[in-house]
Amino acid sequence: MAVVSHSPSMPVKSSVFKALTKTVRREGLSVVLIVALFTIIIGPMLTVVLWAFADVWRYPSLVPTQWGTSFWAETLARADLAMAFPLSVGLAVTVTLLSAVICLPASYAFARMNFPGRQGLLLSFLATNAFPRFGLYVSIAVVFYRLNLIGTIPGVILIQIVNTLLLMIWIPTSAFQGVDRSLEEAALDVGASRVRVFLQVTLPLVLPSLSAAVLLTFVSTFYEAQGALIVGLPNVTTMAVLMYSIINSQIIVQYGAIISFILWLPSLILLTFAQRFVRGNAISAGFGV
Amino acid sequence: MSTLELVGLTKHFSGAKQSAETVAVNDINLSVGDGEFLCILGPSGCGKSTTLRMIGGFEEPTSGDVLIDGASVVDMPPNRRPTAMVFQKYTLWPHMRVYDNIAFGLRLRHQDKAQIDKEVRDSLALVGLTGYDRRYPAQLSGGEQQRVALARALVLQPKMLLLDEPFSNLDALLRVRLREELYAIQRRIKITAIFVTHDQEEALSLADRIAVMNAGQLEQLDKPSQIYAYPRTLFVADFIGVMNIFPVQRQGDLLHIGQYALKAPEGLNGESGLSVAVRPEDFTFSATDGAWQGVIDQTIDLGHYRKVLVIVPGLFGDETAALAHRVKVYMPKSVQARAGDRIALTPSRYLVYSDTAVTRTSSATRTSSATPNAQPIEVRNQAVSGEDDR
Repeated sequence: MAVVSHSPSMPVKSSVFKALTKTVRREGLSVVLIVALFTIIIGPMLTVVLWAFADVWRYPSLVPTQWGTSFWAETLARADLAMAFPLSVGLAVTVTLLSAVICLPASYAFARMNFPGRQGLLLSFLATNAFPRFGLYVSIAVVFYRLNLIGTIPGVILIQIVNTLLLMIWIPTSAFQGVDRSLEEAALDVGASRVRVFLQVTLPLVLPSLSAAVLLTFVSTFYEAQGALIVGLPNVTTMAVLMYSIINSQIIVQYGAIISFILWLPSLILLTFAQRFVRGNAISAGFGV
Repeated sequence: MSTLELVGLTKHFSGAKQSAETVAVNDINLSVGDGEFLCILGPSGCGKSTTLRMIGGFEEPTSGDVLIDGASVVDMPPNRRPTAMVFQKYTLWPHMRVYDNIAFGLRLRHQDKAQIDKEVRDSLALVGLTGYDRRYPAQLSGGEQQRVALARALVLQPKMLLLDEPFSNLDALLRVRLREELYAIQRRIKITAIFVTHDQEEALSLADRIAVMNAGQLEQLDKPSQIYAYPRTLFVADFIGVMNIFPVQRQGDLLHIGQYALKAPEGLNGESGLSVAVRPEDFTFSATDGAWQGVIDQTIDLGHYRKVLVIVPGLFGDETAALAHRVKVYMPKSVQARAGDRIALTPSRYLVYSDTAVTRTSSATRTSSATPNAQPIEVRNQAVSGEDDR
């Protein structure tokens, strides 16, 4: 009898359970993926932020034992940081501009002209990324040493430009290739000169991809450490190099965290600014995806 | 309102190697009258688009001349030529609104704002898109985009409108509607128009005259009705409409097709390499009483008439060849016809060609393999029509 009295509640329970498992089965994978993505992307950044505002953080506490900004004053007061920050910004701006001046016309040529060795040359820009960077830098440093470029700003600019070539050639080349020729012909047909066609039709169409390339170049140059470390030392100390040396010499996690935080600032500002005209798919579109 | 003349227009494209040069367009001579609608029709790769692009200035001719109103434009870039082009792809600039797309050319001509405004609105009204000026191209359908492209070309009041397969990306119904609209607009503003297409129905319904091209050559330039009734070459006969083509052996004044014979027309020159072409509607037929005895293999209902495929073994000697070359006949639907029925056909009208360059292997194969020099244009008087001996 007792068994019978229980039976009415059984279908209700199992139907709720069924609905739940159905939802989890249907949405489960995407929920897991979103959580994983969030953990992977936000997790490390969160740790850095926590460390930057932690005065004391001892194991096994999950959050800082004592919050505060005492390390900020200490870090910001450092003379080397005050020198490194403007240097890094200046270097990144210079390298990005130079790279744009060199690469953008070149990418237009790659996209629109057919010359012998075009494909091979285009692939050669992969070469700098195909080998371990460090080995490449060391051998370049040997050459730079003979040319008295070691420890000079021009030396650092040169080695950082090498890094930017791949992005600044490949993304704009694909972008220029993506512009339908007949769009340009149509503009020519209604009376526009070739210069005007480029400025008013071609350029606006590739601008999102070009901006994305410039943005990525600026950000990656700003963070670039290996080349700057090998060629720049001992005279040229960028933010990234400074972070390396601070972390290596003193094991105070807060210094690294705060400098990381400062390193984010320019890219954060740029990204926010760029979001207005760089479409989300501009970078992937640039790669022809 | 203007005239166009092409004089010995030729275009060679150099291949990867110096020796590998292809002749895309070979010595085209034609003239188009003021306000005329000319269709250039041909299979893909026949050089029709290249010809149009040379008129518009997008390709430089290897030799020859393009004259508009009697003046050579061959040295002018596209932006200086008095032509306007509508392309196959919808070439609206995606970053500009419809208004700015149309106004682009007007602004280059430094017209004042009020004038531009009026002309943009007038041209939008002409193509039936009033009120679409604030939209972006991505917000328009394919047909609407191509109408804006037409408005963009017409707003500049060009001397000549060039259209490069403008409707081939649209679905069949829309294609017909836009074709009719284009026809009405062209008649209304009386602009000289050159329209390139591979669609013979499009050409037949739009053109004052059709220029049929094949392998870089101009095969025939004529009114649509003439092209259909008297195709000048075997290629045109095969390409335009549906045609039954039979190779024949001449013996005196008889043309032998298998075990049957037709009367050779008067004044026919040549003994070998002759062909006879019969339109599917040019047969008389009965159950038993006719020249060619055959069996209906298949009937296809085409709406207002019926297409019947007939196996006539006597024409080809053996059954397999007859199956491969079924005779196509159009019948009114009032006539009873079923697969398996016996039928007797008599050609009531046929054309005889001494054209050997184009060979037909099967009814499905379209011959475009003719080399440019194997088929001189001077075959013009060798198509002779004749009546059979009944």
